[in-house]
This record gives sequence, C-alpha cells and structure tokens, in this order.
Amino acid sequence: MSVTRVIAAIPEAAAVIALPPLLLSIVVKTKAWFAGRVGPPWLQPYLDLYKLMNKGVVYSKTTTWVFRAGPIVNLAALLTAATLVPVLSSGSLFGFAGDVILVAYLFALGRMFTVLAALDTGSSFEGMGASREVTFGTMSEPALFLSLIVLAIGSKSLQLSEMVGSQLFAAWGTVGPAMLLVVGALLIVLLTETCRVPVDDPATHLELTMIHEVMVLDHSGPDFAYITYGAALKFLLLGSILLHAAFPHPGWPLWIDAPLRLIELVGLATVVGAIECSMARLRLNRVPLLLAGATVLGALAAVLTLTGSMR
Amino acid sequence: MNVQAVTDSVLVLVILLNLGMLASSRLATGVRLFALQSLLLAFLPLAEEALEAQSPGIHAFIIAGGTIAMKVVLIPYILLRIIRTGEVHREVEPFIGFTASVFVGALLVIGSFAVAMRLPLPAPPASKLIVPVALSTLLLGLLTLVSRVKAITQVLGFLVLENGIFILGLLLLKQTPLLVELGILLDLFVGVFIMAIVVYHIRREFDHMDTHLLDALKET
Repeated sequence: MSVTRVIAAIPEAAAVIALPPLLLSIVVKTKAWFAGRVGPPWLQPYLDLYKLMNKGVVYSKTTTWVFRAGPIVNLAALLTAATLVPVLSSGSLFGFAGDVILVAYLFALGRMFTVLAALDTGSSFEGMGASREVTFGTMSEPALFLSLIVLAIGSKSLQLSEMVGSQLFAAWGTVGPAMLLVVGALLIVLLTETCRVPVDDPATHLELTMIHEVMVLDHSGPDFAYITYGAALKFLLLGSILLHAAFPHPGWPLWIDAPLRLIELVGLATVVGAIECSMARLRLNRVPLLLAGATVLGALAAVLTLTGSMR
Repeated sequence: MNVQAVTDSVLVLVILLNLGMLASSRLATGVRLFALQSLLLAFLPLAEEALEAQSPGIHAFIIAGGTIAMKVVLIPYILLRIIRTGEVHREVEPFIGFTASVFVGALLVIGSFAVAMRLPLPAPPASKLIVPVALSTLLLGLLTLVSRVKAITQVLGFLVLENGIFILGLLLLKQTPLLVELGILLDLFVGVFIMAIVVYHIRREFDHMDTHLLDALKET
C-alpha cells in the first residue's frame, strides 16, 4: 500500500461512515418527488440519529444480554465488512484472498444477532418477523454466492476488492450477457437484504406485514439508532458491490474514480426509490418466486461462464 | 457492440423469457412473453447470415417475415382473444408450483448446457449458445406442456417447444429448403387454430378449461 493510498484512505473511510443516511434521504426524496410532495429535509436521517442517540433506553424485564448485544453486534459486523468492501475508490482498506466469504458471513452474523434479539423479547410479532427474515435471508444467499462465483471467475480472484475491480472490464467484453444476469441477481439481493420494496416495505407500520421493522419494535434510543444506521450502511455496502460489478472502472486516478462512484451511488438510491414508487410490495408467498428468480439468474450466469459458451 | 454479442444476448434473453413464462400465473402475460420471444427469434436468421459475413439473402427475410406474421401477430392474437372471451385468466393450481417449476426449469437449462457441450455437430454453429438454448427451449416447452392444467398454457407449451425446434433449425438454415420452413409455419398455424377451437368447445361444454377434469369420464 503506497503512502498516497494510506492518506487517501482516511477521508474515504470518513466518507463511507458519513454517507449511509444520505442515501436513505435520497430514496425518501425520490419517493416524495414521485408523489408530488417536497419530502423531509435532506439532513432528516442525521437529525433522527442524533435525536435517538440522546434518548434513554428502555429494556423489558424478560430480555437478557442477547437483546442488548443484538444492535451492537449487528453494527460491528457491518462496520467490519465496510473495511473489506470497496466503496468510493477501487480498493478496500483491508483485503485478502477469500475475504468475500468473510463479508458474506459478516452480513449473516449481523442478521443472526438481530433475529436473536427479536426472539429474546418473547413477542409473537417479533418472532414472526424473525422467521420471515431468516426465510428470505436463506433464499437470497444462494443468489448472492452464485453471483460472486461468476465475479470470481470473471476476474480470476477471490478478493472482493479485486473481484469487482478493473479485471471485470475484460469480463464484460467476453461474457457480457452473464455479467448482465449477475447485475440483475445482485439487484434483487440488494432489495431483499436491505428490506426494500418489493420484498419488504420500510415505511409500513402494520405488524402483520412488516419483516425487518417488526423485529426491532422493542429497541429504543441509541440501540435503535445503531439499527437504523446499520440498515443504511448495509444498503451502502451491497449497493457498492452491485455498482462496482455493473460499472467496472479501468483503473482511473482517484480524483475521477471517487466522484464518479458517488454519482453512481446517488443514481442507485434514486433507482431504488423509483422501484418503490412504481410497484407494490409483493404478496408474502410470491417473494420466494422472486428470490428463486434471482438464484436462477445467478445459476444461469454461472453456467454461461463455466461452460465457456461465449465464443 | 458487434453482431456476435447481440446474438448471444438475445439467446440468453430467450432462456429468461422461457423461465418468465414458467413463473407467470397470468395466461395473458404468458402469451405476451411468447410473442416477445418469437419476435426476438425472428431476427435470428438474419443475424445468422450476418455472422457468416454474408448479406442476408431473400430466404432469411422470408423466414423472418413469416415468423413475425404467424408467431408474433396471428397466434398471440387468437390466444389473447380466447383468454379475453373466457372467464379464466390465471393458472391457479398447476401440477408443479411456480417456484418449483422455475427451479426444475433451471435444472433443465443446466442439463441442456451440459449435453450441448458433448454433442458432436456436423458443422460448427455460428454461436456456441444456439444448441444449448435450443435444447433448453425444447425442454422448458415440454415442462410447461406437462405441468400445467389450463388448455391455453398447454398450447403455449407446445408453441415454445416449436420455438426450440426453430432455433435448432437455424443450424441447418442453408440446408433446409424454404418450402419445409413455410410448411412448418403453416402446420403450426393450423395446429393452434384447431386447438383454439377445441379450447373454445371445452369451455362452452364444461364452463372451464382444466384439462385434467376431462380425465373423469362421468360427470359427478
């Protein structure tokens, strides 16, 4: 790692930590624009986080340490994953061969603790949300891994920052259709993992239909701030993986690379907002079909690259 | 974007449309997906000749035109008309569920890729994807044919099966006389026409078009 890289890494890490609520704000603003409203101010998510951080916490008597650990472990896992995922530049802070597995299971660890915390409250609603979250998580994992296999073959690397780096440029030339399928699969995984329409509606407050929101009903104050921030961070990380796979940059200097990535992230948040406005949430028993579709897209892409059917 | 890349993308899209047909429960959506698939396939003979660095001959144009007229306009029109006049708009209880049939479909696609790699061909195809895509279209059409209960969906399965044969025929385009191609198109049209009449009568007689209810000989 060169000296300039180390110096550049500090503002980049700061940007990665500061960005997530802004993306949520963009999604909300897009939805408001579609509905012909003005929407909340741009800094509202930051103000919400600030408000939550200054509040007290209420713990139910039935809960144990698992309930308190849930939000913290979730946020810690996601922050650790953030060091391995390239966000603004083409490199990540750390990286080693095979770190892609670690990233995937850090996400899984975060989810597991959120689920355990939900179960710990003993509320039947939260249990229901937990069961749905786990079901959909199980079904989106094969799609994620099949997509990662294609990226690994395309870039001939097992390190996440290289898998979605400039080597993909060549892959787009030779196995373009397969890469398109991967981008489609990753988009569905992104929408599922970050609990967005059409899988889950983050704006709903009806316990029977919520998935992610229902699991965190009992959290309050700073704990809830961690959860909100964690969800936004997860959106940023998965979105970055998607964008880096979709638009590989052929090794441009940092001052072109980073602003371009920022614009792409804003674009992605707008697209997600547009998806939320243009379609309704899927019926719960139709979601597995969507996730099966994502898995099939990934499998098809893997078959196309593995059999070398492209020229 | 050269011809090769476009052809490959179109062939991959054809598989996706097949899987989309398996996943859609609305009959009208299935018919529209079929029309789109046929439209994409109609341009393949032209691309095929362009790939071999020839200017497309009259032969390819006639096949493309005939395919569009028959499979993109006429047959979907007939099928959509039946759906509109009937009360049945959805496939409600297929023998294999939608999610399961998408997975089975994906397995069939993978299988046909595996088979196509080992298949000895008389002449190397213009695109390596043609044979696996043709095989998977055939198999997925067959899957639709056997796993659905509504008569319309079964007709759709038959049509997709024929699309698979059409893709396979591209390999032999120069060897197949024009008359044979046109004969196949005509047969297909007559077949769908007869099936449309049959479906119409099934519905008039029994007020539904579930074919598996026809197994029972007596009305209960």
